[in-house]
Amino acid sequence: MSEISWAGGRSPAQRMSGERQSANLADLLERILDKGIVIVGDIRVNLLDIELLTIRLRLLVASVDRAREMGIDWWEHDPSLSSKARQKEVPAAEEDASLESMREENRLLRERLAALEAAASGKENAE
Amino acid sequence: MTTPATTPATGPATGPAGAVYLYGVARDLTPGTLPALSGVGGAPVRTLTAGRLTALVSTVPLAEYGEAALRENLEDLAWLEETARAHHDVVARAAAAAPTAPVRIATLYRDDARVTALLGSEAAAFAAVLDRITGRSEWGVKAYLRKEPVTTRDPGGGPAPDAGPPTGPPPAGQGTAYLRRRQDERRRTDEAARRRSQRAADLHAELADHAVASRHHPPQDPRLSGRTQTQILNVAYLLDDDQAEGFLAVTRAIGDRVPELELEVTGPWPPYSFIDTAEAARA
Repeated sequence: MSEISWAGGRSPAQRMSGERQSANLADLLERILDKGIVIVGDIRVNLLDIELLTIRLRLLVASVDRAREMGIDWWEHDPSLSSKARQKEVPAAEEDASLESMREENRLLRERLAALEAAASGKENAE
Repeated sequence: MTTPATTPATGPATGPAGAVYLYGVARDLTPGTLPALSGVGGAPVRTLTAGRLTALVSTVPLAEYGEAALRENLEDLAWLEETARAHHDVVARAAAAAPTAPVRIATLYRDDARVTALLGSEAAAFAAVLDRITGRSEWGVKAYLRKEPVTTRDPGGGPAPDAGPPTGPPPAGQGTAYLRRRQDERRRTDEAARRRSQRAADLHAELADHAVASRHHPPQDPRLSGRTQTQILNVAYLLDDDQAEGFLAVTRAIGDRVPELELEVTGPWPPYSFIDTAEAARA
């Protein structure tokens, strides 16, 4: 069986390579690790280990920051792929909350200042 | 580590230091049609036949494929790649000769007799899988967005183009502006994501019309795929053999029609993605 791989859309000329190419590792692993008939063999490897491995491979991106700049952040939205997806909103919420509490503190301080000023001027008037 | 039984195996003995690695199960494989193949770790591939079913196997050393060794080796990307390629090569060659159901990587038995027994006890389950894939192949389609559609920056200027999302604490006294900027960023990201998924859905709908079945795979890690463009679609399609030509024509037509999409088509694959593991056989 000859395996072909070509990239479409390179108009006007399509690139079609007839020569046998070795499959892209990502294509291969997603088929061979995750798929196929699962039979319990005599030697048992915890399949969870394998799944962890594939997830780790998918996330093992030194270039995560760069990918994120380009808007590639799908893994962050998928709770099954990223613990960050579950925690994602926490930092933002914390930041928002700290701003909110600063505003509230400002308001209270102003009120207190006004009350003190009023009390001070009341004292002056009384004297 | 599992202690291998000392019962004599039919065919080549595996001995206490060996195990039998199973690649897949073919149906009606004419003897002699497979060339001499080397499989995982360079081990020769043998066939074990029971009725219409033929198991493709190799004898492998327990030192490498025992439980503990296997767990360690599967975490080694170089070992994994070599093993995966060898596994795939055997399955693909068998699939070219006869309908073949791939078995998950690293499925191991004590000896040949165990595999032969499996072919008998799970004959019905294998038949069901093989019925579904006979005369069919899997093709993979990945779609990349060549360029992100230009998103307009907010008129307020915003951060420098390469600044990315703000990370440090917000500058004091600019709380409202900061919050608005964050909100805008989120909105732009959401909008871009919405457009991407709509594109992916349209593309998939068109392709699925020309296939028997489809299965979505998660987008690939850029480092594994070697591609940095945004991958908006990664789907395996199961095609009848006579559908393949038309399907490929459709992918080419899409490439011409939608220049900002780059489609990468791979195949034919053995139908890895269409083996329903819900019917997994149990030994």
